[in-house]
Parts: sequence; structure tokens; C-alpha cells
Amino acid sequence: MNVSNNMRILTLSLVSILLICGMMMTLPNFSSQETFSGRILERGSSGQDVVELQERLKYIGYLNDVTDGKFGWNTYWAVRKFQKDFGIKVDGKVGSKTQRMLVSKTKYNPTAKAENVHQGKQASYKVHGHSANDIKLMANAVYGEARGEPYIGQVAIAAVILNRVESSSFPNTPSGVIFEPRAFTAVADGQIWLTPNENAKKAVQDALNGMDPTGGCTYYFNPETATSAWIWSRPQVKRIGKHIFCR
Amino acid sequence: MYSKIAGVLTPILAVAVIGLGMWGYQENQEKNSILIKAENQYQRAFHDLTFHMDQLQDELGKTLAINSRRQIDGTMSNVWRISSVARSDVGQLPLALMSFSKTEEFLANIGDFAYKTAIRDLNKEPLSEKEYENLKTLHSRAVEIQSELRKVQTKVIDQKLRWMDVESALASEEENLDNTIIDGFRTIDKTVNEYSDIDFGPGIQTLQNKERFSDKNLTGKKITEEEAKNIALRFLGLQASQAKVKVDRSGKGHEYSAISVAVTKSGGNNTIHLDITKKGGHVVWMINNRNISNQKLNIQQAVQKGKAFLEKRGLDNMVNYTAEQYDNTAVLSYVYSQNGVRIYPDALTVKVALDTGEVVGYQAEQYIFNHKQNRKFVMPKLTLEQARKEVNPNFKVQESRKAVVLNDNNDEVLCYEFMGTVNNQAFRVFINVENGDEEVIEKLDQPGKIG
Repeated sequence: MNVSNNMRILTLSLVSILLICGMMMTLPNFSSQETFSGRILERGSSGQDVVELQERLKYIGYLNDVTDGKFGWNTYWAVRKFQKDFGIKVDGKVGSKTQRMLVSKTKYNPTAKAENVHQGKQASYKVHGHSANDIKLMANAVYGEARGEPYIGQVAIAAVILNRVESSSFPNTPSGVIFEPRAFTAVADGQIWLTPNENAKKAVQDALNGMDPTGGCTYYFNPETATSAWIWSRPQVKRIGKHIFCR
Repeated sequence: MYSKIAGVLTPILAVAVIGLGMWGYQENQEKNSILIKAENQYQRAFHDLTFHMDQLQDELGKTLAINSRRQIDGTMSNVWRISSVARSDVGQLPLALMSFSKTEEFLANIGDFAYKTAIRDLNKEPLSEKEYENLKTLHSRAVEIQSELRKVQTKVIDQKLRWMDVESALASEEENLDNTIIDGFRTIDKTVNEYSDIDFGPGIQTLQNKERFSDKNLTGKKITEEEAKNIALRFLGLQASQAKVKVDRSGKGHEYSAISVAVTKSGGNNTIHLDITKKGGHVVWMINNRNISNQKLNIQQAVQKGKAFLEKRGLDNMVNYTAEQYDNTAVLSYVYSQNGVRIYPDALTVKVALDTGEVVGYQAEQYIFNHKQNRKFVMPKLTLEQARKEVNPNFKVQESRKAVVLNDNNDEVLCYEFMGTVNNQAFRVFINVENGDEEVIEKLDQPGKIG
């Protein structure tokens, strides 16, 4: 009896020790799974792991910026300083070594979210001086004006809008150009308020990155529907899809 | 029998007719009120425009009478502000397809001229004789525009002319429009056009910018359409058998003469577009709008792919300076570096698909028209440390190097580039190596164009 009792106590304690050990092993594992997704972060990266990086850098006072989930210059310089201070190779990239060091030195609240970030792109984030909302507006105009056109034709419409913003004969803002009375038929008949598709947005992005299939045009027209003699008198550059682009 | 049916139907019909009439009346009322609202918007923009032209003319007149330099600064700032408001008024009028562009350009140029003068240290660099003459001509032209506008305004008020009629007249696209307002605006634009030879001096950028992208700045021989096709294939790394190539002719209005090429890979339905300059056969841009599957590369790998792509096409010494991820593509800017000096006017952009690392976009307008081998640099008069002192003391410098940028007058200047933060925002500042002037200040983390 005594032997079996002892055995029972032994097995029970063994099991409980194992269980406790197991719990101790799994607990830190569990929390580390919630940290960095494992990919290397660098300038230009974005996402929840960048939010984590920024939160951790803020925790130890290396970053003093808004958490926007975008690995920009501020974050880059903070990372470099962190790497220098903690004796990691200074390259401004957040690889596994830097990530481990950050995890051991800092705390992070996994519920932290990028400020102002909704569905990926935030309204205040600017590309070439244009906010995400300006881009939406331009995508609306492009979609309303040229949704049946090939992609290159949509980039061309976006480029014309941007060329007009630059030109001294037109208003200075994308909204000023788009809503100039009689400038775009899609604005006049309300088609601008259709929901643009991904292609229209991509076309605007490409145009903002400097793509200009029109070579600097500020006008275009559909030769089948345009009857104005004046528009035909403009020097024509090229035809893309249904539209003729001119200066 | 009939009378019975009629007896039942008549009241129903009567009710229907009255109801319809009321509904129609209401609709009509609503339509009219919307029309009046739209008309009032136009009227406001128009009367604002005449008011601002009045002010503009007054302020320009004052600059001629003023003797003290400090006062000129003030009136010039006013001219700058008012001309910008007047432009915005023009933008709200339904004139788009009517050529009123000369007047808009005139306003823009006055604004630029006034701005340049207002920010200039007039004690060190007073108005020259020529600039004073310019001011006089600007003033007399503004007087003309204003008096024409006043005439139109009088007619609009006295004859109760409506801008909605202008809009429908222009929409009817008739050859000989008979509309008092349109005639008035045409006269104004003609007046401005007649004297379009005013020399604003250096610093009015709009014209100079265009000149940068002209055939003059290109090297090489004229190419044929066949050669353009081959250049396109080589640029895309394709054999003639692998793709269909089509040439789109482009008209004479182009800033620089170019050949547009469309390439469709055999078996694919996605067309890649390229523009190639006729002179020298340089690829200006390329767009490949293919579907991009899941991301496999990180940005650093994309930067390497982009660099390899450029080197394979003979573009050496290109340094990556911005990297941005949009969905599954990386947009990377590279700049030419001569002996470690970054030449920002020689910039180009490469778009890399992050699934395979293929280059799906390329934009090299600035690089092609600005690039020179072996630029001669001036000898710096300031050291990096001395230049550092010219930067705002609150600016925490993180990186510094030598770089060439375009200044306000579109001239290339050698500078020290300082990158760093002020008040938690990242900026870069370019300090002229000769005189320590702050040539360009740019906010970072919004990839912008330099040069």
C-alpha cells in the first residue's frame, strides 16, 4: 500500500511539475508569438509590425512621433540610434537580432493601433503633396471620365489633371481643376460620384509618380462627341483609346 | 351606361389631374430654386473677380507711387495675394472651353513676379530700371482688364444678363456665339494677348520648366520607328519572337518628339507601353499594368532588383534615395551620383513588382533631359561644419552629404544636404556651398520631387 501511495504521490508531483514547467515554457512563447511577424522591416515598410516597432521605440524614448505604421525617416533614425546604443550592426533595418533586442528591452501593448489609420491608408498621409483624399477625388474623376478606357488612357486622364494643376492657366488644386465649371463632362453629369475601381486608383498613383503618357497635355476630347471647333484647333499630341490629347 | 362610368371616372381623373399639376408645379419650383442657386454662385464669382481686379489695379498703382522699400514689400505681398484670389474666381466661372487662358496666365505671372519681389531683400537688391518698367506695363494692362470687366459688369447688372445663359450658349458649341458676357471676356483675353511679350526676367518658372524638356538637351542621332521597336524590346529584355510590337504615332504638339511603342508578350493580353525619344532613342517611361500576386520580396530586395535593372541598361552610379510600398509594388527613386555627390536633377523612378521582382514601371524624364557626364563642381567656400551653422539651430542633423539641386531660378547649385528632424518632423535642407544660402527645404516622408 505504502509503495503504491508513494508512487501515486510521485507521479502526481511529477505531472504537476511537468505541467508547471510546460506552462512556464509556453507562457513566454505565447506572448512572443504576438510580437513581430518575422519579416525584416526597413524604410518604406508599413503595417501592424511597424506599429509595434514604433510603439517599442517610443517606450524607451527613442521615438517621439505619432505611431502611423509607416517606416519613415524618423523611425529609421530612431532604429539606427537604438542599434548603435545596443551594439547591433547599424544598418537601420529591423531584422531578427534587432527585433529580439527590442523585445527584451521594451514593452508593447498588442492592442495599439496606428493613429488615423483606417483600412490601410490614412487620410493625412501625403504622396507628392497630395493627401489620400485628393487621390480619392482624382480617382473618382478618372473613373467617371475614362472607366471604359485602357489602363494607359486612365493614367493619361490623371496626368492631364495634374498638368492642369501645374499650369498657370488653370486652378492650382486638384479639386479646383476637377470642379472647374464645364471642365469635365463626368463632373457635369454626376458620373464622378460613381465608386472608382482599383485600376482608377492605381492610374492616379502612377500619374503622381510622374508617369505622363500625354507628354504634358492639358486638354483631351472624344472626337466622336466633341463638336467644338476650338478644341479641334489645339495642337494634338496623340490618341489614346477613344480620346485625343492636346495642349 | 357610359354616364355611369363617366360618373365614376371623372372625379378620379380630376383628382389625378390636380395631383399631377401640383406635383409638376412643385418640381418646377424646385428646379428653379436650384437654377437660381447655381446662377448666384456664378454671379458671386464674377462680381468678386471684378472687385479683385479693382484692388489689384490699385495695389499695382501704389507700387509705382511708393518710394520706400519697406512699403513696396507690403504692396507686393498684397498684389501676390489678390492675384491668387482673382485666379480662383476665374476658376469658378463656366469658361473652361472658352479661351480665357491668357488672362489667367497674366494673373499667374503677376503673382509670381510680386512674390519674388516681396521675398527679396530690396535693400540689398532694389528694383531695377527694367523691373520698374515692367511694373508700369503690368499696371496699365491691369487697368485695361479692369475697365473691360467693369463694362461687362455694368451690362450684366443693367440688362440682367445671366451666367446660366453663358453656360448654355457655350454648351451649344455654335460657331458665332452672340452673348454679351462671352464677347466681353473674349475682348479681355485679346487685350492681354496683344501684349504677351512682357519680359518678367528670370524666375518666372512656368516657361523655363518646359524648356528643360526639349530636344535640345538630348544627345544622340534621330531614330527610326524600326529602331524604336528594337530599343523597346531590348529595354524589356525580350526577343523579337516573344512579343508583338506596335508603334503609335504621336502628333506635333509634344514637348519633345517621341515614339510611342506598345508591346504585347506572345500569349499574354497585357500591353506594355513605352515612350522613346526620337532623338537619341532614350526610354522616357514604361508602364506595365499586369496583375501582381502576393508579396515575396521585401523592399531592400526590390531596391537591389531596381539597381540591377538600371545597371543592365547602362545606368551606373545610381543611388536609391526613396522607397515606398503601394500594395504589392515598391516605388523606388534613384539619383545619379558623381564621385559621391548626389545629382538630384538626374532622378528617375522605378516601380518593382514585389511578387517576382520584375520592373513594371519606369519614369526617367528628369534624368534623360538633365543628365550630363562629368559635371564640373565649384570649389566650396564653406566647410560642412560652417554650413551646419546656417541651418536652424533646432534642426537635429542625422545625415549630411554633398548634393546638386535646382534652385528657384532652375539653376543647378552645389549644396550640402542635411537630413534630420525639427519638432519631430523629418526635413532636408540644402545649403549652398558658396554663400550658405538655404536653397531648398523639403519635408520628408512624402516622397517629393527634387530638382
